[in-house]
Amino acid sequence: MSPDLLKLIFGRLGFESLPLHEPIVVGTFAVVALGGAALLGGLTYFRLWGYLWREWFTTVDHKRIGIMYMILGIVMLLRGFADALMMRGQQMLAFGGSEGYLNAHHYDQVFTAHGVIMIFFVAMPLVTGLMNYVVPMQIGARDVSFPFLNNFSFWMTVGGAVLVMASLFIGEFARTGWLAYPPLSNIGYSPDVGVDYYIWALQVAGVGTTLSGINLICTIVKLRCPGMTMMKMPVFTWTSLCTNVLIVASFPVLTVVLALLSLDRYVGTNFFTNDFGGSPMMYVNLIWIWGHPEVYILVLPAFGIFSEVTSTFSGKRLFGYTSMVYATVVITILSYLVWLHHFFTMGSGASVNSFFGITTMIISIPTGAKMFNWLFTMYRGRIRYELPMMWTIAFMLTFVIGGMTGVLLAVPPADFVLHNSLFLIAHFHNVIIGGVVFGAFAGITYWFPKAFGFKLDPFWGKLSFWFWVTGFYLAFMPLYVLGLMGVTRRLRVFDDPSLQIWFVIAAIGAGLVLLGIMCMLMQFAVSFLKREQLKDVTGDPWDARTLEWATSSPPPDYNFAFTPVVHDNDAWWDMKRRGYQRPLTGFRPIHMPSSTGTGIILAGLATAMGFGLIWYIWWLAAVSFIAMLAVGIGHTFNYHRDFDIPAEDVIRAEDARTKLLAGAK
Amino acid sequence: MSRLKILALLPLAAALSGCDYVVLAPAGDIAAQQRDLVIISTVLMLLIVVPVMALTVLFAWRYRQSNTEARYEPEWDHSTKLELVIWSAPLLIIVCLGALTWMGTHLLDPYRTLGRIHADRAVDQSKAPLEVDVVALDWKWLFIYPDYGIATVNELAAPVDRPIKFRITASSVMNSFYIPALAGQIYAMPGMETKLHAVVNHAGTYKGFSANYSGAGFSGMHFNFQGLDDKAFDAWIASAKSAGGSLGRAEYLQLEKPSQNEPVRRWGTVDADLYRLILNMCVETGKMCQSEMMAIDAKGGAGHQGLNNTLPLAYDKYARRGTAFGPEPSFVAGTCTPDAPQGKTTAAITAPTDTAPLLGAGLKRPSFAPLKSSSFLLGQRPKSDS
Repeated sequence: MSPDLLKLIFGRLGFESLPLHEPIVVGTFAVVALGGAALLGGLTYFRLWGYLWREWFTTVDHKRIGIMYMILGIVMLLRGFADALMMRGQQMLAFGGSEGYLNAHHYDQVFTAHGVIMIFFVAMPLVTGLMNYVVPMQIGARDVSFPFLNNFSFWMTVGGAVLVMASLFIGEFARTGWLAYPPLSNIGYSPDVGVDYYIWALQVAGVGTTLSGINLICTIVKLRCPGMTMMKMPVFTWTSLCTNVLIVASFPVLTVVLALLSLDRYVGTNFFTNDFGGSPMMYVNLIWIWGHPEVYILVLPAFGIFSEVTSTFSGKRLFGYTSMVYATVVITILSYLVWLHHFFTMGSGASVNSFFGITTMIISIPTGAKMFNWLFTMYRGRIRYELPMMWTIAFMLTFVIGGMTGVLLAVPPADFVLHNSLFLIAHFHNVIIGGVVFGAFAGITYWFPKAFGFKLDPFWGKLSFWFWVTGFYLAFMPLYVLGLMGVTRRLRVFDDPSLQIWFVIAAIGAGLVLLGIMCMLMQFAVSFLKREQLKDVTGDPWDARTLEWATSSPPPDYNFAFTPVVHDNDAWWDMKRRGYQRPLTGFRPIHMPSSTGTGIILAGLATAMGFGLIWYIWWLAAVSFIAMLAVGIGHTFNYHRDFDIPAEDVIRAEDARTKLLAGAK
Repeated sequence: MSRLKILALLPLAAALSGCDYVVLAPAGDIAAQQRDLVIISTVLMLLIVVPVMALTVLFAWRYRQSNTEARYEPEWDHSTKLELVIWSAPLLIIVCLGALTWMGTHLLDPYRTLGRIHADRAVDQSKAPLEVDVVALDWKWLFIYPDYGIATVNELAAPVDRPIKFRITASSVMNSFYIPALAGQIYAMPGMETKLHAVVNHAGTYKGFSANYSGAGFSGMHFNFQGLDDKAFDAWIASAKSAGGSLGRAEYLQLEKPSQNEPVRRWGTVDADLYRLILNMCVETGKMCQSEMMAIDAKGGAGHQGLNNTLPLAYDKYARRGTAFGPEPSFVAGTCTPDAPQGKTTAAITAPTDTAPLLGAGLKRPSFAPLKSSSFLLGQRPKSDS
């Protein structure tokens, strides 16, 4: 075939795009391919495809979508953590003239991919998954406002993850750092596909995130059950509301800034070039106007989880509910006024720097108030040390350190000496692992019995907890120290041999975290095998306080046979206290949304379009785009959007629960 | 677990003695003041962080389920007095810290000329500060001493106790100019100038480097900064002078090509206009400087003719290479610059023709070629030079 024809068909994709010269990548590919083949073979052998398609891929049930988000987050955690181990290994070895085992081309991709994956494809799915699962039940709803949109959002997030993973084996990922500052990310300095993978992965996933934000806002605003005024919403729902407001207000900024960058790269505009009056600093401003709220998007739901957990396991009302809510709202607003603290060192004037430094510090006031509220929730409580509560205590002790170093970095002159150093790396891992990751784990262990009807095995859970916590401290405290020695981030090789010991300690810490992750996977496996012993038939294994615990575990498709009526903040606690009797008769058919494959098809097409744009396979991009429009329009003619669960089915499900409850007594 | 931690502490203790906490023990007055702020802020915050951590542990222990002695008040969820404390304690700390921040940020603004060279010594106003022009290149540092007419790569020296005024820019991508022992960092960005004022108080050799990732050769982008007494500094200048060589526009264009782990280099003479040209991204002859473009714009632009000035403005040395779409920019054949008042001919316009990817020494080119559709790309222009 002629080269022109090849180029027309394959764009810039060719055999030489496969990283066959990188033994590490080839090895990884072999393992992934074997594992993938085994998984696909297993699914085929056990004839599970039809089941998966009908019950999971096409589902519009917020609970199943929530679970799929969690699975996505945990799978991507393995990839992102593998990158972390590679970095720790490289930085541990590359001393005294040694080049380590990764060349710059590979190492620079590794740290970029680590950041992108951990934020967009681990933390975001974990947080979104928990919100998706829990929020509708906490407000006594049967599903989210737009169930089909929910399914579509999830698959768009998966599409983004697929593109990032594809870059591992086809071509390469960006070598720019996780925020891809131009001019380095412009076509002149990054002519390869890496940055295009970055752009399109985030664009595809970003659509999902934005739509999911809109969906959850509508759900919380419109679908609350009778009696649940705004100031009677559970705190997790409040933090979810604020997070989704942040998502809807900030993700469009990310979409626009990436669109401008792609215009620079694809059609030669000059928004962020050094040419023609373009300004790279514009990009830096815009990306952090998204980027700083993003931090709060992640951590607010975690705060919500800690509030629920503290109150439940202290057997006590949450202290200062009102101030908790106002603190959350204040953080939401302030998070838009601090973005410049990410680049004090780019030469803004002293007054501008002071302004942004002080606004940043002000955020620590509501955050501190929250911390005290949890403390005083524990005060005069009866604290049960189940796993979620252990994660919460670990969070409280860890997060204050991260918060303190964060406020320190908000003092511009201090930032001048610590910016971009390993101190900064230690700080944000301190708040993201100590806050978001511990929060997600608390949430997973807390709501797991709700989702599956059995608790997680505490032995492996506690093992995992201790490995994670000690591993975290060993991995990141040395980085604080190194930062005070002026060691900067993203270095691949080092000269000064006296630094090596600290990197060795950090690598040992990373090794402990690896054990923590493995114990966690073991915990899931063991709990599944011991599910009969760990079974919970009451639907309320923790003696909890909010509405999601009022229904069975796992909940029926319709969540609540009758929409609950709320009289108090802790609705379920209040119902229990008043001797609430579950209705046993009078069930009626329940109106529910129907499953649809449109979401996964649209997201698949969007992913294909992204792939076409990345590799300049224009026909593929065009065909996928037109197909997306066609499928989208076609879906508007789908009139099978809903159905009624017949009353007999409801009666059967509720009677089964009655029997279980009777057996439990 | 605690045993593991203790084991880990052993090598720590051994290592501590050999470590150089340069941020906490700097050699320059500015860095020392920044260090003081780090410490004062930390202490201020510890005022609240330590009680919080202690209370966490205390409450977590005291109110454990098995301790039935402790009071249990499941309905207690509000106390106005406590709420006041909860909100006002952090507020007070932040008020103090905010005031400190406002003052510290203004006093230590890198653009501000120095008022003192040491806690107890004011600046001698009769002596001019040492001026150094800093350019971050791929992947090395160029230092130009305009007062002495010398230039160096990856080596910087300054006399002790004499204020230094850095003017900082970059050739291609963002870097950050950072000598922890001397003063806080500031970004080096192409087409933009940042400034830093600092002073070194103790003679010695300190590390300087880029603190912002800038591509493949980033790790090797460091240099030694020497604080010298006046005599040694004069000797250093003299030795640079005697190194001979001249750094002009042509030599600079060679120098700025990507390279890694560059050894120290010195030039005895340097084009006095070079830094201005680098900053305005017009070292290549025939390029219109940003400052000239801005002057034209300030006068209202050059109308329709102005649209055709595009090529002389293509500063990115690799601009548009690989861009998939977009028309080939049109341009005027001749541009009047201070160097060439009559304008240059097309043959001399050497804009983006170097298509070597920015990979640096010793690294392989990416194995796929960028899409080349000839009419779209500047890179396809017949190569007229090197």
